[in-house]
Amino acid sequence: MAESTLQNEPNGRPLIRRRNTMMPSRLTIALFLLPALLLYTIFMVYPLVQALIFSTFEFNGLNRGDFVGLQNFQQLFTRYPISEQLPRAFVHNIYFFIGTMLIQNTLGLLFAVLLHRPRFGKRFFRTVFTLPYLISPIVVGYLWSLMLNPLFGPVNSTLRNLGLGALAKPWLGDPATALPVVILVNAWMWMGFPMLLFGAGLAGIEDDLREAAKIDGASNRQIFRWIELPLLTPVIGIVSVLTFIGNFNAFGIVWALAGTDGSPAGATDVLGLVFFRTAFRGEADAFGLASALAVLMFLFIFSISVVVQTWFRRLERRMQ
Amino acid sequence: MTISKTPRLSFAGLSTNGLLIVYALVVLVPMFIVVTNTMRPTREIYRVPIALPQSINFDSFVKAWGEANFSLYFVNSMVITVASVTLATAAASLAGYILGRYDFRGSRFFSSFFVAGLTLPFRLAIVPLFLLLNSLGLIDNRIGLILVYAATGIPFSVFILSAFFRQLPQELGEAARIDGANEFIIFSRVMLPLVRPALATVAIFQFVPLWNDFFFPLVLLRSTDKWTLPVGMTRFFGEFQTDWSTLFAGLVITTLPLIVIFLSATEQIISGLTAGVRK
Repeated sequence: MAESTLQNEPNGRPLIRRRNTMMPSRLTIALFLLPALLLYTIFMVYPLVQALIFSTFEFNGLNRGDFVGLQNFQQLFTRYPISEQLPRAFVHNIYFFIGTMLIQNTLGLLFAVLLHRPRFGKRFFRTVFTLPYLISPIVVGYLWSLMLNPLFGPVNSTLRNLGLGALAKPWLGDPATALPVVILVNAWMWMGFPMLLFGAGLAGIEDDLREAAKIDGASNRQIFRWIELPLLTPVIGIVSVLTFIGNFNAFGIVWALAGTDGSPAGATDVLGLVFFRTAFRGEADAFGLASALAVLMFLFIFSISVVVQTWFRRLERRMQ
Repeated sequence: MTISKTPRLSFAGLSTNGLLIVYALVVLVPMFIVVTNTMRPTREIYRVPIALPQSINFDSFVKAWGEANFSLYFVNSMVITVASVTLATAAASLAGYILGRYDFRGSRFFSSFFVAGLTLPFRLAIVPLFLLLNSLGLIDNRIGLILVYAATGIPFSVFILSAFFRQLPQELGEAARIDGANEFIIFSRVMLPLVRPALATVAIFQFVPLWNDFFFPLVLLRSTDKWTLPVGMTRFFGEFQTDWSTLFAGLVITTLPLIVIFLSATEQIISGLTAGVRK
């Protein structure tokens, strides 16, 4: 930080000389920056910019054809079967998000509060609860597909042993239960993540506030409702946005539980699967269509994230 | 404070512990079933899904490792992940150093340029990326995947490492400079050893998602002898669908390196995850 040194120079030494001895040459700076810059620009930024351009071109296999304006976007909503799959997958993603907020993030908040107070085995529980999200989504998906197997799966056999055989069902084969099961398995995997974020948020709240409230006779529940919860608003905002982005990108876990098509009969189809199928299981002009879909998904995810963040920031300001 | 310790609290404490234990079981029981069933023959699993193994044996692991090609997938995963993490961390520490230590013309721009990558849904760029790698002859090539993975690791690593380099005292390195050391020597001999904890965090944070990634190898690798574990898993689950004990062994093999990392670096993982919240 050459700048701060320059400003803190009290004895009026010539600044230029100091700057010259401190600052590496332009060539040195370039050499330090270049490897990261090249990797990042060529393999990340450039393709992202290209996706925008490609969405307005016609493709034939791997070959780019003519500029076609918004035709690819129009095709997404008019050509069967994608015109039907796209809105359905979109609705599933919305359910996915709502279900995850209600189950995963509520549990995350609950356990963060419970594990914030000093208690026996705190470290153990925190470690166990965060363990599943280290596992690959593909492994989690396959693991639960075995657990939920209608004939030989431990879940149904346990239900039968408990005399609840009537409840045993093909969880992933029934369109009514398949999507909720996907949401639950996903929550099983990710619950530790919001828990850690909420835990860090709770740790950032001054203990004086809690102590003062306790002296005034507030119960733990009141402290949570009137002190901790309002102060957690920014973290709730972060968790909501991350959940939203994560859910709209869901892919591997759904693939392992329900295959490329989101079986049964598309009951678990989500945008991530539709995007993959459009790009790599589609027709000859697939790359143009897929790029258009990518642009739409990007715009949607990005704008909703911005809206949610602004909303939470406003909420935060109003509470202060 | 002692006043608030009414009898009601002990009931609450009891139900709290109950809740924690129940959820711990929800997490651990499936894992326990997976591990115990690797040592039970498949017809036993079909008959009684949950039971302790009759003997400690690793036959299913041998089968998954050899017959089901897990040795191949495992080596591919290891080579690709380690190479990507090393490449990205090396490149990011150079860039993070220069951005963290010096305010040169354009340094702000480059910092925000790198940070912007943190928020981009990169998978949506798969079509142009596929065409780019295709034109470079890097489709179905492990080097292509390594370059892509390294690129995805750059934004987070530059962000974290530049923050760590910035925190090191200003005088540091000046003595070396007076002795005539060049910038690279100061970086590698003086500064780099001091940010070792940050390097570990950055490396772990790249390792886990790359090891687990399914999407990019699925699209970018064709031949089965180049596949990584998550993609190999899809073929394996088709081929061995009636051999549950081998299936369970496959799940364990894929997850084992991550469990080892997690248990040896829990604190680092937790502090890295929550870095954005805690400030």
